[in-house]
Amino acid sequence: MRDLVQFLRDRAPDGLLPLADQAEAAGLFGLTLAQVEETALSNIILPARYQRNRETISIAQQLALFRSRVAVVGCGGLGGYVIEELARLGIGGIVAVDSDVFEEHNLNRQLFATPDLVGEKKAEAAARRVATINPAVTCRPVAEAFTEQNGNELLRGVDVAVDGLDSIPARLLLADRCEACSIPLVHGAIAGWYGRLATQFPGDGTMRRLYPRNHELPGIEVHQGNPSFTPAVIASLQVAEVVKLVLHIGEPLRNRCLDVDLYHFEVEEFSLKEDQA
Amino acid sequence: MQVTVRLFAGFRIGRFKEETRQYDVPVTVKQIVTGLGIPEAEVGIIFINGRNASLDQTLAEGDTLSLFPLVGGG
Repeated sequence: MRDLVQFLRDRAPDGLLPLADQAEAAGLFGLTLAQVEETALSNIILPARYQRNRETISIAQQLALFRSRVAVVGCGGLGGYVIEELARLGIGGIVAVDSDVFEEHNLNRQLFATPDLVGEKKAEAAARRVATINPAVTCRPVAEAFTEQNGNELLRGVDVAVDGLDSIPARLLLADRCEACSIPLVHGAIAGWYGRLATQFPGDGTMRRLYPRNHELPGIEVHQGNPSFTPAVIASLQVAEVVKLVLHIGEPLRNRCLDVDLYHFEVEEFSLKEDQA
Repeated sequence: MQVTVRLFAGFRIGRFKEETRQYDVPVTVKQIVTGLGIPEAEVGIIFINGRNASLDQTLAEGDTLSLFPLVGGG
C-alpha cells in the first residue's frame, strides 16, 4: 500500500489525482477504482474529478461521502436525479431499489429513461448509468419492490435512505423500516407544479405525523401528471439533505416540511413539532 | 363564526389563496372541503392553526384552516 500511496503522490503533485492515473494505479496494483479512491482520499489526495466540490466539501468530507452508503428507493422521476447527483458527488455506495421497467410515459422526466431502454429495469439502468459517470462508486441494483420482508436487508449498512416512491402507503412502509433500522429518511413527493420535502430522523415519526391517513388512493399527480422540472427541483433538495445528514453539517429539514409551489412560486415551510403552538 | 381558509398549490386555482369565511353553525373540515368542491381524496395535509388536523375535526371561532393537496408522485 505504501507503494500505491507513493505512486498517487507522484501523480498528484498539486494534490489532484487525474482520472487516468487513478485508473492506471488500479491496474498496476490490482485494485478497484474504489479502493484507489479511498486510499487517495485517506492520504489527502483528491481525485481531480471532485476539484469543483471544494471548498463546499473538504477532502475529509469527500472521504466521508465516499465511505457512506445511501439507499434510493424508487428510481423514477425523483430517484433518477437523486442517483445521478449522488454518483457525481462521490457517495461511495448506492443501493438503487425499483421493481419497475421503463415505459414510454417516463421519457418526459426520468433521467435514465431513453427510448432504447423502454422495457428495461429501472434499477439496472441506474447502476449502468452510475458506472458510466463515476466508476469509483458502487451501485447495487435491486429490481424488487421495497417490502416489509426485504426492507431491513436492503437498509443494512445504509447511512441515509431517500424516498423516490410514488404512493403514500409505500412511503409509510419505507418510513417505518427506516425507524426500525434507525436510519434517517429524506422524503420527497411531486405532482404537477408542486413538490414536498421533509427529513425524518430516527424517533421523530415525521412521516406518520405528516400522513396520519394512509391515503390508499393516489394524489393529484393522477391528473396533474409530472413534468420534467419538478422532480429535478425536489430531487436536488433531497440530495442536499443527504449530504448534510452524511456529514452532520448544516440545518436539515427536521420536524419541518417544505411545500414547493412552482406555479405560484411560493415556498411554504411548516413545523411538524408535537408541541408547537 | 369566522374561519380563515388558506388553500395551497392547485387548490387555489379557480378558488382563492386565503379567505375569511362566515359560518352560522359549527363546521367540520370535511364540510368546508366539500363546500369548496374539493374531492376528499385529493386532500393531503390539513392544518388547523398550524397543527395537524383530520377531516372530522370541527373548527372554532378564529381558526385558520390550511389545506394542501395530496402530492404522491415520485
